[in-house]
Amino acid sequence: MERGVQLTIDGRSIEAAVDETILDAARRYGIFIPTLCFLERTTAVGACRVCVVEVAGSRNLVASCCMPVSPGMVVRTDTEKVRAAQRMIVELLWASGDHNCLTCERNGSCALQDLVYFFRIEKPRFEIQPPGYPVEKTNTMIQRDLNKCVLCGRCVRACNEIQVNEVLDFFMRGSHAKVGPAFDADYIDSSCVFCGECAEACPVGAITMKKARFGGRPWETRTVRTTCAYCGVGCQMDLSIHEGKIVSVKGGGKDTPPNRGSLCVKGRFGMDFIGHPSRLKTPLVRRTKGGKLEEAGWEEALDLIASKFKAVREARGPDGIAGLSSARCTNEENYLFQKFMRAGIGTNNVDHCARL
Amino acid sequence: MTNSIGEIEFSDLILATGTNTTENHPVIGAAVKRAVRRNNGKLIVIDPRKIDLVRYADLWLRQKPGTDVAVLNGLMNVIIGESLHDAAYVAARTEGFDALKAVTAKYTPERVEEISGVPADDLRKAARMYAAAGRASILYAMGITQHISGTNNVKSIANLAMLCGNVGIEGGGVNPLRGQNNVQGACDMGGLPNVFPGYRPVEDAGARAFFEEAWGKALPGKQGLTVVEITKGALEGTVKALYIMGENPLLSDPDLSHVEEALKQLDFLVVQDIFPTETAQFADVVLPSASFAEKDGTFTNTERRVQRVRKAVEPPGTARQDWKILSDLLNRMGVPARYGSAGDIMEEIRRVTPSYRGITYGRLERGSLQWPCPNEEHPGTAYLHRDRFTRGLGLFHAVEYTPPAELPDGEYPLILSTGRVLYHYHTGTMTRLSSGSMERVPESLVEIHPADAERLKVEDGRPVTVTSRRGSVTAKARVTEKSPRGTVFMNFHFAEAAVNRLTHPSLDPVGKIPGFKVCAVRVEAARDAGPETSIGGRAGTGVLSTEAASSVRGGGNT
Repeated sequence: MERGVQLTIDGRSIEAAVDETILDAARRYGIFIPTLCFLERTTAVGACRVCVVEVAGSRNLVASCCMPVSPGMVVRTDTEKVRAAQRMIVELLWASGDHNCLTCERNGSCALQDLVYFFRIEKPRFEIQPPGYPVEKTNTMIQRDLNKCVLCGRCVRACNEIQVNEVLDFFMRGSHAKVGPAFDADYIDSSCVFCGECAEACPVGAITMKKARFGGRPWETRTVRTTCAYCGVGCQMDLSIHEGKIVSVKGGGKDTPPNRGSLCVKGRFGMDFIGHPSRLKTPLVRRTKGGKLEEAGWEEALDLIASKFKAVREARGPDGIAGLSSARCTNEENYLFQKFMRAGIGTNNVDHCARL
Repeated sequence: MTNSIGEIEFSDLILATGTNTTENHPVIGAAVKRAVRRNNGKLIVIDPRKIDLVRYADLWLRQKPGTDVAVLNGLMNVIIGESLHDAAYVAARTEGFDALKAVTAKYTPERVEEISGVPADDLRKAARMYAAAGRASILYAMGITQHISGTNNVKSIANLAMLCGNVGIEGGGVNPLRGQNNVQGACDMGGLPNVFPGYRPVEDAGARAFFEEAWGKALPGKQGLTVVEITKGALEGTVKALYIMGENPLLSDPDLSHVEEALKQLDFLVVQDIFPTETAQFADVVLPSASFAEKDGTFTNTERRVQRVRKAVEPPGTARQDWKILSDLLNRMGVPARYGSAGDIMEEIRRVTPSYRGITYGRLERGSLQWPCPNEEHPGTAYLHRDRFTRGLGLFHAVEYTPPAELPDGEYPLILSTGRVLYHYHTGTMTRLSSGSMERVPESLVEIHPADAERLKVEDGRPVTVTSRRGSVTAKARVTEKSPRGTVFMNFHFAEAAVNRLTHPSLDPVGKIPGFKVCAVRVEAARDAGPETSIGGRAGTGVLSTEAASSVRGGGNT
């Protein structure tokens, strides 16, 4: 990073890179500026004005997420004027929507809730007037409640700039403005591919993972970072676990390769199979040729396998036995499988579905 | 991949061929789209199907299925003919250029147009665009490899990349996108009939001695059978017992009636899986295993990145992690296996696999590592062949175009190509249990061009029967220009319309991969036409509504 721009923020002398914004520089120095519409890796639009700061010599407050640093700049982040403006915005946002934390899935992980708390707002000065949109419940993956939308546009930028699906945009004007697919369609009727990037980008409870609803509050769940089991990209994902069940899947780590927090529909919404009732739960053995598969204990099943393999090897040689390993299993398991075939059985008849 | 996923969005040009990236590797698909929309990268798509990436492409070459070598040779013909290749790179880092030049000289754009249907001028444009790019990345997947000429297709891609100096640089490369989460790792670990872990040949006496020492057992020196050869062996009675871990060949393999017959011929079949799959129905012993969310271990992704898999929930019933089952079986077969954890196995892997030697669970806690990673101080390798190729100089393999094994004729006038769709995965055992995927794509579809549909009196949303020399399946038609004229496309996710009842079992002679992308079929409106249902979703999205799905099931095997 090319440094070299000297400026002052809240009386601290700061060195920033030429292409940094005030917000970038402040964050690097641990100076807190509240934000709402800011979303990393996407265009800074300065839409919400929550990140405003005072810059000496500037007539108006400026949006720190958009304002590039310049030499000798003097910035103040917590003057009365700044806080009054920010507080006003938060109160207006609160008043313009149905922000009821009791039933909101984002309770405990909501940017608006955090802002209200930060500014110690007991109640907005304005009458609360939610727009009264119907909640979109036409698919089982993503629920949209535009009554909670703060029109920050993060979903729009996530859809267009990160996933580049080009499905979401703003439409209508003024107090009728909304975000969504073309022609105000529901997601299921649009070209949406359900990657879920919009739901992760949404700072409030407007776009949420439907199956996570009532599945456990953020402070009750535990998170396990793992690697997706579908295609070869190997996306890092965070499984949220509550009472022994997976309640939701998030992209793991905004800066973590290879997916930097993005997922696709399979990784994000394709985990129903894990707890599915049709899973195999106990070994099954066909005790007579042509008979049925019956439940068995592990010892019986494993002993039978070993004795049968030994018998075939005796009769036909080790090459009478073959094994198919699995591109779904771990490295450790594939290693043991081929070791089993080569050292345990004595054959190189081992392959897997790499070609399929 | 020779290069890394993170480099793709900063490449100057991406050539995507035989990869429907946005559906099969969506997160990489997004990177390609970012390269185009946000970073001014150029995109060339070479694909018979009008895939989603075509919308983002600067140039789209729509070749006839199976004519890839001709197209790639044609590109090189133009590049060499107009001296657009990287002569310095070719001189310093490669050999075999003269032979390549001689072979590609025969593939003039006009001749390639005759073979492939790609207009000669488009071919020239693509060649110039690729050669002019500073750093160009080639992405490919099964659309390149699943042909009887698959190995030659891959060699041609490597030729093109080397010709323009795109191997061994950041943002360039020859980048196969692997279809399954750990197909790379399964190969690395020696889940192949010809190599030990780390790709050391089983026929190499030195390698064998090394593993005999490590495992304390005498080892066979003869190459084993590949998956399709195993099926053949079972049919012929040379293979009597089969152990299948986490695979479902009875839906994924070509020419299913043969596979089914083969499984029935076995004396003893063990299936270890998380579901009672189609294949498990034929087993003598079925072992319940743990899903990825219930186990510890590592997967290696398509860019050689080794990443942790961590246990998040308990497996159902008495199901066990596969490595524990295998340890028990190893002990029973007289090979001591005393592993207390998956990490213990990684310690053994490191000892016998040079490219994994520097990879420990301790390091993986701090972040993933890309092999080769030869020691614990090594940061891993983002891209391969930086200063030299594994063999020293990069070798051009001049290859000729050969037509597919089975081409359309009077009786079977259409080409069938198979693949996946975004919402499903492989044989569907996982995604078919996901409500979201089933909402979007609840059944198999036969994608057919409007002109073919009209000629055959096939209507959108009505069932059609697709017949090849090997079998017949019924599924609903989707009339779409995504399919080229003369080609129908089906996915292999649905047992009810198991497309592999139709596919041809002929293999690439080297890679032994089946030619899934081309076989000859005929298509007819099904006689037992179900109630009419609309396809195209509620707003032209091209997906069936769930109501439609439940009213008509795919006809299955007829």
